[in-house]
Amino acid sequence: MAKVIVVTSGKGGVGKTTTSAAIATGLAQRGHKTVIIDFDVGLRNVDLIMGCERRVVYDFINVINGDAKLSQALIKDKRVETLFILATSQTRDKDALTEDGVKRVIDELKTQFDYIVCDSPAGIERGAFLAMYFADEAVVVANPEVSSVRDADRMIGLVTSKSARAEKGEPLPQHLLLTRYDAERVEKGEMLRLEDVQEILAVPLLGVVPECPSVLQASNVGMPVILDEGSPAAKAYAAAVSRILGETVEMVIPKVAKRGLFDRLLRRSA
Amino acid sequence: MTPRPAAASDPGSAPFQIRGTSFTLLALKIVDPRANSFFARLAETLALAPGFYSKAPIILDLSLLTKSAPVDMVGFCANLRELGLVPVGIQGATAAWEQASTEAGLAVFPTGRATEAQSVRGRAAPLPTPKARLVTEPVRSGQQVYAADGDLIVTAAVSRGAELLAEGNIHVYGALRGRAVAGLGGDRSVRIFCRHLDADLVSIGGYYMVSEQMDPALIGKPVQIRLVEERLVFDPL
Repeated sequence: MAKVIVVTSGKGGVGKTTTSAAIATGLAQRGHKTVIIDFDVGLRNVDLIMGCERRVVYDFINVINGDAKLSQALIKDKRVETLFILATSQTRDKDALTEDGVKRVIDELKTQFDYIVCDSPAGIERGAFLAMYFADEAVVVANPEVSSVRDADRMIGLVTSKSARAEKGEPLPQHLLLTRYDAERVEKGEMLRLEDVQEILAVPLLGVVPECPSVLQASNVGMPVILDEGSPAAKAYAAAVSRILGETVEMVIPKVAKRGLFDRLLRRSA
Repeated sequence: MTPRPAAASDPGSAPFQIRGTSFTLLALKIVDPRANSFFARLAETLALAPGFYSKAPIILDLSLLTKSAPVDMVGFCANLRELGLVPVGIQGATAAWEQASTEAGLAVFPTGRATEAQSVRGRAAPLPTPKARLVTEPVRSGQQVYAADGDLIVTAAVSRGAELLAEGNIHVYGALRGRAVAGLGGDRSVRIFCRHLDADLVSIGGYYMVSEQMDPALIGKPVQIRLVEERLVFDPL
């Protein structure tokens, strides 16, 4: 049975698209046929992060409007065999998304895929609402910072009360993924501690992704960061993917690296 | 008779529906509308909880103004609107005040007294059964939970930006970080109980306090809050 996973946050810039791309790629790497859908109509980022922006001919909106068949709009990833991308339109806006249209596309995708990863836009308006409405599971992305946590809390509340599953009284598992976690700044008290975030949000933790230069580097070259094997962010995402698949993986919380005096002096002056 | 398009007489396609509905409104009891500092003092009070009062519909309680002649209600309302309030009606006014207010476009609301003197002699009136509302899931930012008939019991945490409203008492067993408004119908005898006080705002029977005014020593502690005269009293539990 196909599973629809929404990656959402409320607040912008916390790493939704990075996370969607990493999780979709990770699920595909593990042999599951996976598609990632970009719900951010008008801004269009997934295809950039996935490095297929020049291969987009037809998009999600074309399929919703019946201008193209789903098979024409699905873009096959060149790196991972079982991964597909459904890009969105840059020239339209979120009003182009209709509940019926989205449902039709997701129902059709469900017959072909194991996992459907919906990359939600920021905000709580139409795009974000429709991205989460048909979800079976939600990954709520937050940074260890008050406004992001507050917005994530709001989003969890919406998913709990307004999704199709909630309306039918069915459970919808939600997970917290804490991204851009900087152990050093947490220690200095500049960022919220993991325990504080968990206490406020009270949903199971899917993982903690450390602040890592590999994320930006990967975005710049159009590669999901999870493929940058060996980088701390890739490891954290790979563990999160394992947890989505129901495996028990030890939770690694980023710690401040022990550095010698010489190191610290160098860092200070740099 | 004015000709009307045929469609309008078809009852199935009425362009409107009238329904009964009830709201809880704030009432502004006016002691001295001619006081020079009236609007300045009011603005100070509103500034304590700007979000709570912004665009709030409000009823002017004129029951204390039995002796004085009405002020210019049009101007008075304009000043209120400038402060972000939306005056919608009056209550408890004398005939002269009522006329001045109606001319200013305000509705006249019945006072509580009108429904008082009713005898139930001879037959035992059924006691109202106060029903508590139980919430076991966390109340998240932006969510509002309302217990219309009685107490509200929340066994999980209440996030910042969430709002609890109850006609009766409020009990919170998780952390209380949002707002708790008890005695929404004006009952001053109700209380708020919480195991971990960190509320943005608490209110009982219309009297409220924002977090800045609370004793920092009580934050994070189990507390009960009650109204004594016009003051909110916090007792550690």
